[in-house]
Amino acid sequence: MEELKAELKGKIIEVLNLEDITVEDINDDDSLFGDGLGLDSIDALELIVLLDKGYGIKLSDPKQGKAIFESINTMADFISKNRTK
Amino acid sequence: MKGKCFIQGIGAVTAQGVWSLDFFNQATEITQAKAYAQQPSYKELIAPNMIRRMSKGIKMGIFAAQQALDEAGVEDLDGVITGTGLGCLEDSEKFLKNILDNDEEFLTPTSFIQSTHNTVGAQIALRLGCKAYNFTYVNGAVSFESALLDSLQQLEAGDAQSVLVGGIDEISGHTFTLKQLIGEVKSDEVCETIRESETRGVNYGEGATFFVLRSSPTMESYAEVVDVCIQNRLELGELKEFIDGFLQRNKVERAAISAVVIGNTGDMGYDYYFDRFGRLFEDRSQLYYKHFYGHSDVASAFGMATAAYVLKTQEIPEEIVWKTGKQMPLNYVLLYNQYKGRDHSLVLLKRS
Repeated sequence: MEELKAELKGKIIEVLNLEDITVEDINDDDSLFGDGLGLDSIDALELIVLLDKGYGIKLSDPKQGKAIFESINTMADFISKNRTK
Repeated sequence: MKGKCFIQGIGAVTAQGVWSLDFFNQATEITQAKAYAQQPSYKELIAPNMIRRMSKGIKMGIFAAQQALDEAGVEDLDGVITGTGLGCLEDSEKFLKNILDNDEEFLTPTSFIQSTHNTVGAQIALRLGCKAYNFTYVNGAVSFESALLDSLQQLEAGDAQSVLVGGIDEISGHTFTLKQLIGEVKSDEVCETIRESETRGVNYGEGATFFVLRSSPTMESYAEVVDVCIQNRLELGELKEFIDGFLQRNKVERAAISAVVIGNTGDMGYDYYFDRFGRLFEDRSQLYYKHFYGHSDVASAFGMATAAYVLKTQEIPEEIVWKTGKQMPLNYVLLYNQYKGRDHSLVLLKRS
């Protein structure tokens, strides 16, 4: 699980082009949206594509996203339970 | 009464760095086939959560626009008008590559949003909170002149008092490999200045050049934009008639032109148009600028900055002299540009 979390942080930084942010700067329970990392709705779409492309997970209900993308912990937990690749 | 159009502020991001009044003294002649712009620091201008999604074309556009606005001291704009030949090419390539690599799946929004040609004008307006007229022209090598013509008409008609107008183009990987393969851009092995060029193709330069234009002059005005003319196709034998017709409609004699600014590129295939143009102004100072900016579809915007600088300072830096002419007060400067024998343009500037 720790390996997956580190991988996720790296992918998020790369996909969202988060300049000046390193893997070490993101805590596992930091909010990804709002006051935490400050991501927005376009980033949410990028994260949905990341789940699909990287882990073979298609989100059938977009409303799920809010809970899944709350933090690295919630994302990693969801991915580990649902990944197909 | 027909309104007028004065250049109040200039901003640019180029291969030489950003626009300044000692720009030409510090510039180094371009010899490489692809001249990448020296990127200034954008952090002071653009919020971190915005900057991470912006391609260099957008960032260069925002910087050059702000530089022009700062110099003009203008906050309320009646229009943001841009010209670009190829738009935000890096993101266009990224988006198309994603389509191919992922078999039309997993398409993310960012590169698509940024790939549209009007993104630069839109981002400038968003950042300024400007809800006025916003238009982008994509007309090959007269993209900037098209934007300038629109600006001029808006100001002359009294529909606008101040307009931000500029041109942006960026270099990307794949497109420029293709441009080199077909000979539009010189190959990487060629290392020639414009004056020494013996090959076809151009040294390409990316960048952004912006102007604030106003309907009324101030003591700080650079110059008046008198008129703009565009013609897509023109035979060499029709060039004289094209120029004379343009000057006649503006009631300016050819003899009244103090200096000309030509867009020669060192392309052995098409620079003969500039040679013919130069012969019509044999004894006048002939100035050039693409040896510092490189060629692009909107490089002529930097040509206009060069002409405006000369008119304001009444000095011609030796670094931009293509051919020396007789000494005379600089009252009218005529710019001529074309690319590959097409997209001919004339811009007439007058001392303000």
